[in-house]
Amino acid sequence: MRRVRATLAPTWAVASIPVYSIVLAFAVAAIVVIVSSAFTETGFDPLLPLKAYGSLFAGAFGSGNGIANTLVAAAPLMFGGLAVGLGLKAGLFNIGVAGQFLVGAFAAAVTGSSLANAPTIVGAPLAILAGAAAGAAYGFIPGYLKARTGAHEVVTTIMLNNAAVLLLTWAVNDLVRAPGFSFPRTGDIGQSALPILAGRNLHLGIAFAVSSIFVIRWVLDRTTLGFEIRTVGANPNAARYAGMRPVFITALTMTLSGLLAGLAGAIQMLGVIGFYAPGITASVGFDSIAVALLGRSDPIGILFAAVLFGAFRAGAPLMQIETSVPIEVIDIIQALVILFLAADLVVRRVFRVRAPKVEITEMATVTGSWGGTPPASAAR
Amino acid sequence: MDLLAIPRLIWELVRYLFEVLPDLLPIILALATPLALGALCGVLCERSGVVNIGIEGIMLMAAFFGYLTGFTLHDTLGTPVAVSLGIGVAVLTGAVLGLLHAWLTVSVRADQIIAGTMMNIAAFGVTGYLNRLIITPSGRGGAGVIQPFHLPEQLASLPLIGPILAMFLDQGPIAMSVIIFVLVTQLALFRTRWGLRTRAVGEHPKAADTVGINVFRQRYMNVIAGCAIAGLAGAYLTLESTGSFQNGMTGGRGFIALAAVIFGRWTPIGSFLGALLFGTATALGIVVNVHPAAGDLGGLMKSIPTFWYAALPYLITIVILAGVVGRSTPPAADGIPYAKEGKT
Repeated sequence: MRRVRATLAPTWAVASIPVYSIVLAFAVAAIVVIVSSAFTETGFDPLLPLKAYGSLFAGAFGSGNGIANTLVAAAPLMFGGLAVGLGLKAGLFNIGVAGQFLVGAFAAAVTGSSLANAPTIVGAPLAILAGAAAGAAYGFIPGYLKARTGAHEVVTTIMLNNAAVLLLTWAVNDLVRAPGFSFPRTGDIGQSALPILAGRNLHLGIAFAVSSIFVIRWVLDRTTLGFEIRTVGANPNAARYAGMRPVFITALTMTLSGLLAGLAGAIQMLGVIGFYAPGITASVGFDSIAVALLGRSDPIGILFAAVLFGAFRAGAPLMQIETSVPIEVIDIIQALVILFLAADLVVRRVFRVRAPKVEITEMATVTGSWGGTPPASAAR
Repeated sequence: MDLLAIPRLIWELVRYLFEVLPDLLPIILALATPLALGALCGVLCERSGVVNIGIEGIMLMAAFFGYLTGFTLHDTLGTPVAVSLGIGVAVLTGAVLGLLHAWLTVSVRADQIIAGTMMNIAAFGVTGYLNRLIITPSGRGGAGVIQPFHLPEQLASLPLIGPILAMFLDQGPIAMSVIIFVLVTQLALFRTRWGLRTRAVGEHPKAADTVGINVFRQRYMNVIAGCAIAGLAGAYLTLESTGSFQNGMTGGRGFIALAAVIFGRWTPIGSFLGALLFGTATALGIVVNVHPAAGDLGGLMKSIPTFWYAALPYLITIVILAGVVGRSTPPAADGIPYAKEGKT
């Protein structure tokens, strides 16, 4: 028993604040639900949160179908969470996952639909590659600009997100619009769809996403590149004096981060959506930030966080149908989780946590560089 | 022939712009108003050293709660009172969210970008939640909008001055007050004691603290005031411009405002010009379709899709940030929380 506790202690030291944040977020959201229930026709109902959370859980884990939906929703969040988390490791905050996701989904849809009649073994890999390449290219732009000119990646990626929505809408309207539909969209991906492994919708992309968690973990912990990324994130100057190339690493990490976000778009397109239309929204973008922050930008943490948020997305429709608590309560919970992670002193007060502060130290590099100092400024 | 083509096109463009100006200007002003107010929020926050990427969320929340007020009181109190109260509530919403942002960034010293991201997600969730819960089932719509003041016929028919005056007064009170806000902020920031303190706190908080300026109080004041102005931008969207609320209706305006701040190099007048420029880009996309230009120019402008005009502000910002058109440097202590020495 003591040995079990001894091995769990370090894990709990890291996980306690995130877990408590989730508990606190659910509690505050419950208050919101109770208070707002007074303004509806059904009237004030203090037990409504319990019912709502009950059907949320039932929708996400209560049946085979529910679990499948949870995993399907979690897969793009794993890629997206890894994209944000990898950036954070290098001291870069990639808010551009939304845009890179869309670009990746679009590229996968265009490639997939043009290979719609080719065998799956040809079409699906090529479409995934196209999505990854497009995401990587879209991540390279802010990475290169940050490395060369110091243009802050938070601003450039926000701008690229909005530009992506508009330019892709134009592209679907004017360049690749499929004939025979009443609204602008690309053709169907047909044979390029990812094979279904089990059940109705458990597609191959889920296995792909889970394995990428371990690949990224290996890269970060066991390779020279991973060591360089972490060093640049912790202290760009020290990295430079140790003979590393912060400029190169910065550009490369953003490109890799974009690649992962592009993969998220590609597997979502090839496994779930099936065609690109301008209306598809990328809630994956903001969800990924929450996943990475909740997972402390650690791949294993991201795995758990992605499944949790995937469960939210999968269970929410049932909750809205059964208890008429709006789906958007998920976004509120998500924002509260981030709030309590950011203001962890609230969590510490409430739960009397004495565990040492475990911070994402690289965030200091992110906000500290708002003033626009390129990582190479001293070297040039 | 080719040498002359470009100057001729530019000449045609100038003539075309002059021709459509009466149509273009009101659209520009309407589009630029929320951007300019949002940008003022950005200037006030960042000049005191607090990065605020949550402008979008604050605008959305204020737009919603302002609308909700107008919507509920509309029938009992009549449009003018309900709308005025709604604007008040929107500004108050902005100020309260500003207090939250200031508490997170100044007192808790949480990461400012994460705090802003949280604000955006929260706004999307809270407004979507309450919209579905309260406004949609009621089946009613419309909080009413402020009726623009129409100029007496004799004045409006005056040559030259008449149309300009009429157009200006047609805009409604929030849009008209933007220029006053901009000028007052510009003067306050560069000509008053408060402005000097703000800039000191944003550039070198330690030095400011040494000479007795309360860094925390200064940052709190600026963030709250700035976010209240962002709340006014939200009120403009629901109570002056459209009279209704849709989920996510800010549509990235808060982010363009952020871009306008950078474009205007962290000055109120500069960011106002940025907002006008970004408004013009989008307005051109609209006007080109309504009043196509003649000749070669028309063909050229038509061949640029509307979406490109709309994407222009974002692309311009990236080019500016990359330092292609002169460098734009933020306040030195922007984004860095301040801690008194000896305290951790």
